[in-house]
Amino acid sequence: MSEAPPFRYIGRRRRAVEHRRFVTGQGRFAADIALPGLLHVAIVASPHASARIARLDASAALALPGVQAVLTGEELQPEIEPMLPGVDAPEVRRFPLARGVVRYAGEWVAAVVAESRALAEDAAELVEVDYDPLPHVVDPEAALAPDAPLVHPAHGSNLLFRREFVWGPVEEEMAAAAHRLSYRVRWGRSATVPIETFVCTAQWNDAAGLLDVWASIQMPKFPDLLARCLRLPGNAVRVYFDVDVGGSYGVKRGLKHAILVGYLARKLGRPVRFLEDRLENMRGGDMQGPDRIFDVTLAFDPDGVIRAMRLRALDDVGAYAGRSPFQLGKPVGAIVGPYMIGSVAYEAISVLTNKTPQEAVRGFGQSPTNYAIETGIDRIARFLGLDRIEIRRRNLIPPERFPYRIPSGTVYDSGDYARVMDKALAAAPYEELLRQREALRAAGKLAGIGIATCLEPSGGNSSFEPLFNPKNRTTTWMDSCLIRVDLNGAVTAIMATSSSGQAHETLVSTVVGEVLQRDPDSIRVIHADSLSALPSNSPVGSRMAIMLGGAAAGAAKRIRAKLLRIAAHNLGLPEAALEWRDGAAVPREAPERALSWDRLVEIAHREFHNLPPGMEPGLQESFVWEVPTGGALPTPDGRVQMYPCHSFEAHVVLASIDPETGKVTLHRYVVGHDCGVMINPDVVHGMTYGGVAHGLGAALMEKFAYSPEGQLLSGSFMDYLLPSAMEVPPITIVDHCTPSPLTEFGQKGSGEAGYLGAPAAIASAINDALAPFGVALDALPMTPAAIWRALRAARTARAAVEPAREPA
Amino acid sequence: MTPKPEPITVEIIVNGTPRRAVVEPRTTLVDFLRDHLGLTGTHVGCEHGICGACSVLLEGEAVRACCLFAVQADGLSVTTVEGLAPARGALSRLQDAFCEAHALQCGYCTPGMLIACHDLLSRNPRPSEAEIREAIAGNLCRCTGYQQIVEAVMLASGQEVAHV
Repeated sequence: MSEAPPFRYIGRRRRAVEHRRFVTGQGRFAADIALPGLLHVAIVASPHASARIARLDASAALALPGVQAVLTGEELQPEIEPMLPGVDAPEVRRFPLARGVVRYAGEWVAAVVAESRALAEDAAELVEVDYDPLPHVVDPEAALAPDAPLVHPAHGSNLLFRREFVWGPVEEEMAAAAHRLSYRVRWGRSATVPIETFVCTAQWNDAAGLLDVWASIQMPKFPDLLARCLRLPGNAVRVYFDVDVGGSYGVKRGLKHAILVGYLARKLGRPVRFLEDRLENMRGGDMQGPDRIFDVTLAFDPDGVIRAMRLRALDDVGAYAGRSPFQLGKPVGAIVGPYMIGSVAYEAISVLTNKTPQEAVRGFGQSPTNYAIETGIDRIARFLGLDRIEIRRRNLIPPERFPYRIPSGTVYDSGDYARVMDKALAAAPYEELLRQREALRAAGKLAGIGIATCLEPSGGNSSFEPLFNPKNRTTTWMDSCLIRVDLNGAVTAIMATSSSGQAHETLVSTVVGEVLQRDPDSIRVIHADSLSALPSNSPVGSRMAIMLGGAAAGAAKRIRAKLLRIAAHNLGLPEAALEWRDGAAVPREAPERALSWDRLVEIAHREFHNLPPGMEPGLQESFVWEVPTGGALPTPDGRVQMYPCHSFEAHVVLASIDPETGKVTLHRYVVGHDCGVMINPDVVHGMTYGGVAHGLGAALMEKFAYSPEGQLLSGSFMDYLLPSAMEVPPITIVDHCTPSPLTEFGQKGSGEAGYLGAPAAIASAINDALAPFGVALDALPMTPAAIWRALRAARTARAAVEPAREPA
Repeated sequence: MTPKPEPITVEIIVNGTPRRAVVEPRTTLVDFLRDHLGLTGTHVGCEHGICGACSVLLEGEAVRACCLFAVQADGLSVTTVEGLAPARGALSRLQDAFCEAHALQCGYCTPGMLIACHDLLSRNPRPSEAEIREAIAGNLCRCTGYQQIVEAVMLASGQEVAHV
């Protein structure tokens, strides 16, 4: 099915309701919260990757007029609870400020609080800290050596987590297959790097015993974790979700920031703000992404059909961990990508090093995994001399096989993968790309075509928690919505999380408008605070179109059902005789007796005598929705339903490389995309364009590079390069719609669209361009320098064979 | 530490209104706008002149307010995102086009992006796609991939948007 379903508002163009405040400068971001008497924080950070703090003297800083406090880990740590990793490693304890030792360059050592940000920074420079450097380790494989320096000696090892899964007869299939191909690929340490850094403002009220928090966050269970770490009851922390968040795409967790600021606000009795500058954000903001070495073996037959896969992922989480090890867990739910690979062995390894900690990044580990799988598909094609598209066609799960259970236990809900790939190829069109590739090559460029066909699991569940931590029995991962209709008939929907650009207000008002048949632009959507909110697990894992959309639809359906009951009672008709049409209750057989919206609201709010017996007065309904397919623990052998819905994307890209500089240009970029029913096509397309741009960065430009001493070498936008409008090409999106059978309107998630396939596709194009030279790159980012070095090595090798043909 | 220099009085015409304030010499223009005047529409992204989130018009030309001191703008006119609309409650053609084309998501880079595009259109009322891309190349956006921003500028300049 590819026709748009017949909805009144869903799937139609509609301006996002959020835009107007942003284009007029009236957004309200965490740094815009102005409170009387606000104090400001500056951080003293460790210059060493690993060291003992020998002496800390803050007296000169404290002597500066306007400085209110210098907080150290010595004071702070005994007063709070540690932040623990999601996996079972109780000795890997993280606090906002180091005490005794530092474990990475950039780790916070002291916080200086002053009347202005500038003054706090002046004073931070006056804090004297003496360090005794200790041995350190920055390479994740070296960190596993028996004599490696330990990042957390109390943990006893740098191995934070390891689990090996075997789903199906992998050994037998490996032995039986005609061919086996092994390779290693490396995903570089990059992140989403939002333009807004982390900001947290907090205020403690002595009389109420209440901490108010405004933070730029996107984090499940943030208020509960913050309260627990501050040793406060949950109802003593109020997090405001109406703060606009300036981009996140996963990383805006900021728990340590909020613990620090919350503690300071309570201690000092004045509001406190911490606003990271860019270097603090890059170095000590704890938001770097996955950093992985994949070792893969694929077993396949001469026709290119893959029978089994062995995948080992070694992930460098840095010096501390929160949910980062789970980024190896989420890909379990799409471990075979879109392919019919019958058995899989997966070894997931999290390693501690003396680097800035890793945090969740768009896709939660799926994009690196997709890159590892897609690299193998291209390699099989090259090995067998078969076309890359044909190889995919032979392995893609066909539409008639859905719902399709993959070896790791997850059921894919629906899909039509080959058709989406064909649509993308037709839009390119592929034959034209082949011609252009030859023309570019004839003009002296290196040119290549990239293909990637990738899964986008969506509907963010948390099944990786019990999968990776036997003490964690979480199977609930709900979201919710509360709808009120006031006595004038206006509708207000209340959501329970902050947004960072996903247009949730537009989503909720569209869905509620659809169910109630009311103009979505008349529906106001507000963000509750954590004390007035129903439960939410925040917009992670491409979940809100599904989960918030489902919750909003559920609450709206309860409103509608109540109004129909009122109408039936007042009309003396059975409910079955009524239908809901244009926001009114209409008797099918006597439409002239319809009761209007205004009349029904009047009865609900003011005419108790006209309510059905036993009905609550007023019009307010909530709905709390568990993730569809959620609620089950993993099996003992590690099979699990990870996410409920599965979107799909097929990328086709034409790239060229300047042979003299290694610079890459993308000439044509097409994405075929199927995320089921789109609630707002502009929003989906926007996230897809942005995801491709972000994937381009990961593929070609962005890397948190470290020196052997553990110093971050790319802590500014001069060194950590983000794609601009000059690097990101025009992108063509081709939509396809395979509705999900699990959701209210057939929608799937799309928040990670583009990013889950772009790195694989661009890497595929680069390697296609390099193939005539006998060169292949196996690490991201494929920077001009990396490409240039590979080409030079190839030329040198060729010169050794054919010296006469190379200039001196 | 060197002794703190004396504060300086500056007068800057902001969005058409003269605004006078006493600032430290080291106060950047963006901090002056945000902290002294409460004009929080202008955002801070990198504070080293790369991302363009802090862009404002100084004497009609786009500049980075994080790389200028307030004292450098003394006596000059500054336009911020709050000054782009023709009237309170209204939108400029460009602002309207940004809404129509979905040229923003989180809204953080948007004020700077609008300033860059406003600056372009004031010099070049019918820019090509390549000219638009060049004009916004100094403004980083992590949400949009720039495509719908390019479309918004085409729309605002009365050109057909070629949905590729």
